Amino acid sequence: MISDSSNAPLLTIRGLRIEGKAQDAWTPIVKGVDLTVKRGEVFGLIGESGAGKSTIGLAAMGFVRDGCRFAGGSVLFDGIELIGAPRKVRLGMRSSRIAYVAQSAAASFNPAFRLIDQHGEFPVLRGLMTRAEAEANAIELYRKLQLPNPDEIGFRYPHQVSGGQLQRAMTAMAMACRPDLIIFDEPTTALDVTTQIEVLSAIRDAVQSLGTAAIYVSHDLAVVAQMADKIMVLRNGETVEEAPTRTMLSSPRHDYTKSLWAVRSFRAPSRPDAEPPPPLVRIESVDAAYGAVKVLSDVSFVLPKGRTVAVVGESGSGKSTLAKVLMGLLPAKAGCVELAGKTLPPSYRERTKADLRQVQMIYQMADTALNPRQRVREIVGRPISFYLGLKGKALEARTRQLLQDMELDPDIYIDRLPSELSGGQKQRVGIARALAADPQLVICDEVTSSLDQLVAESVLKLLVRLQRERDLTYMFITHDLATVRAIADEVVVMKEGKVVEKGPKDEMFRPPHHPYTGLLLSSVPEMDPDWLTRLTAKNTMAVNT
Amino acid sequence: MTTLTRTLKGMPPTAVFGVAIITIYVLVAIFAPMLAPYSERAVVGGQYLQWSAEHWLGTDNLGRDMLSRLIFGARNTLAIAFFATALAFAIGTVAGLLAATLGGMVDQALSRFVDIIMAVPGLIFILLLLTIFGTGVGTLIAVIAILDSTRVFRLARAVALGIVAMDFVEAARVRGEGLLWIMRREILPNAAAPLVAEFGMRFCFVFLTIASLSFLGLGIQPPLADWGSMVRENATLITFGDITPLLPAAAIALITVAVNFVVDWILHKVSGIKD
Repeated sequence: MISDSSNAPLLTIRGLRIEGKAQDAWTPIVKGVDLTVKRGEVFGLIGESGAGKSTIGLAAMGFVRDGCRFAGGSVLFDGIELIGAPRKVRLGMRSSRIAYVAQSAAASFNPAFRLIDQHGEFPVLRGLMTRAEAEANAIELYRKLQLPNPDEIGFRYPHQVSGGQLQRAMTAMAMACRPDLIIFDEPTTALDVTTQIEVLSAIRDAVQSLGTAAIYVSHDLAVVAQMADKIMVLRNGETVEEAPTRTMLSSPRHDYTKSLWAVRSFRAPSRPDAEPPPPLVRIESVDAAYGAVKVLSDVSFVLPKGRTVAVVGESGSGKSTLAKVLMGLLPAKAGCVELAGKTLPPSYRERTKADLRQVQMIYQMADTALNPRQRVREIVGRPISFYLGLKGKALEARTRQLLQDMELDPDIYIDRLPSELSGGQKQRVGIARALAADPQLVICDEVTSSLDQLVAESVLKLLVRLQRERDLTYMFITHDLATVRAIADEVVVMKEGKVVEKGPKDEMFRPPHHPYTGLLLSSVPEMDPDWLTRLTAKNTMAVNT
Repeated sequence: MTTLTRTLKGMPPTAVFGVAIITIYVLVAIFAPMLAPYSERAVVGGQYLQWSAEHWLGTDNLGRDMLSRLIFGARNTLAIAFFATALAFAIGTVAGLLAATLGGMVDQALSRFVDIIMAVPGLIFILLLLTIFGTGVGTLIAVIAILDSTRVFRLARAVALGIVAMDFVEAARVRGEGLLWIMRREILPNAAAPLVAEFGMRFCFVFLTIASLSFLGLGIQPPLADWGSMVRENATLITFGDITPLLPAAAIALITVAVNFVVDWILHKVSGIKD
């Protein structure tokens, strides 16, 4: 039987406005957002970076980040106004009534203490539990969150458990005092897809069985769709729309929401091959190791000219190491890399300028890939003058042309520093730098994974267009199968330093799969609120039979 | 030049004070012959004359004009301190960036060599070298610079190690760029902020080293005026309640404070790269 009180809102946010200080002036970050969370309800907040979703998540606890302030509105938690409440009141709420799970559990745990000690720290400190009670509580929650060896795992240190386990231990910590509300801020964003599933289903089951209300912040629609009863889409600190999950997925009303939904449907137009293109790069039984630790063993495949080969795998599968071998940064222990019929020397130091020019790389983190003290003119211009020897007017013209090709207006951007560019623009400058060398092979290392979905899509479209125009060959390293679906011609699946499967994209996405490929494919969240339920049911059946 | 005016506008009063003091010192040093009423080495009156209209700050132990020596002292002390610091930074930064960029044996060799020098107490090391090589101005600058460069080396290497690990340095390497380009264009601009701040600090320390060396009689040699030896030569006056020997000491204190104010401000300015 459901009592009346369970229908009363637990959290009511009205007209919330938050400002942040930028260049000595207060600028609005959140511009009047209303939301209501009922008891036991999971509320999803979706938006791109800078939309204000994490800020709202913190505001639900009555907190703002340093350099920000409440400019108006109210946050009413179970009848208590949190904005302007004394610090003591807000701290009293923390953990016992409202808890928070951060994106990076690895950065949030103290590496010097065992998990179970940290689990009990808060309740013991506040006198809510004794140490023994806290330990029993931890073990019970570890079991609920399906951690392996729940009786023992708490006695390990944070570095002794995996990222997914750490994230679940942190959720357990948040649940220690049975709070009424938990705020999850992108709890699975840093995890691999297969790990993400475990964490998602563990969190969902635990939240459901304890009847905890939750605010789930994420940029990944498919993930939120599994977790939330209700979804709110945010943009630039304003509500775009709010609806129950199923309604939102089946009939989004706002254009912005529709465009978010459409991102995943981008496909590079397929090219029917009259005859298969000749191979540009041949990787033959490459072994590589960091010191004594072997990371690649017997890797062989071919990159056809003018095509995109996606190298897929989870973190630690050796896909980035493979890029290092191709670049010559990590000389292969055995095997060889052939480019256009010529064997490349293993180390970049031994390669000629002409060899180096042929292989260029686009990095994952544009922030560290661009020298913060160089202007776009120099970043893009240097490879042109270095490899092609252009100077003065010719160099200037070529640089501007390249920026134009990247859909960046040279008049505006050529004299900017990287810090004056947005994430997507930085990545475009990174692409311009790679193409400035006029290479044949471009290695793209997770180039879209730190970008928002809409920006990522535009970068992918740009890469596809450039490939057509310049007959480029891409080796596209990614863990995101949606990206693979969008632009790959061929796929190579890697696991623990070995190639487990390779072939044309269409074959890879069609059964029968190698078991690992199948696992990867089935782990990609779909835009269907029942996907996780179905998947876990299937997995349970598979285990039982 | 809008950036310059904007920078000046945002300056805190301490930095304005620091810049003003440094400017005055530099002007005094440059125009010393015009400003000083007498020569720094001429005996112009009796010993230890009181302050008067003729000799504003009196005369020293040999009957030379105190004010003139104070003004010429700015020239000698500041110039030596500046060149010693600049040389120390040239040596230390180049070696530090080399060690960080090349790593391996080069790094080991340079770092251990620096460790050995640092293991010897600084002042003793300087005294030793000055006794061997004599006490000319050139030697003085070279010896102080070499000793100070060890600290600069450590800082430059530590800062550069963090930058060398960045993707943009890797990108420059696989582009085939030479060592000089990588050090000068990729690493140095990003390491400049802490090095500039350290420059101010080391400048003060060099100043103090020279002052203490002069006080021991091994720094700037007479009859050249310098503030450290002026304190030593006239120290007896203090026992008679005359504050004149404290004036050169105050001059040292003031420039030290001024430089530190400016360094503080630079540190604040550059701590966020975005600004």
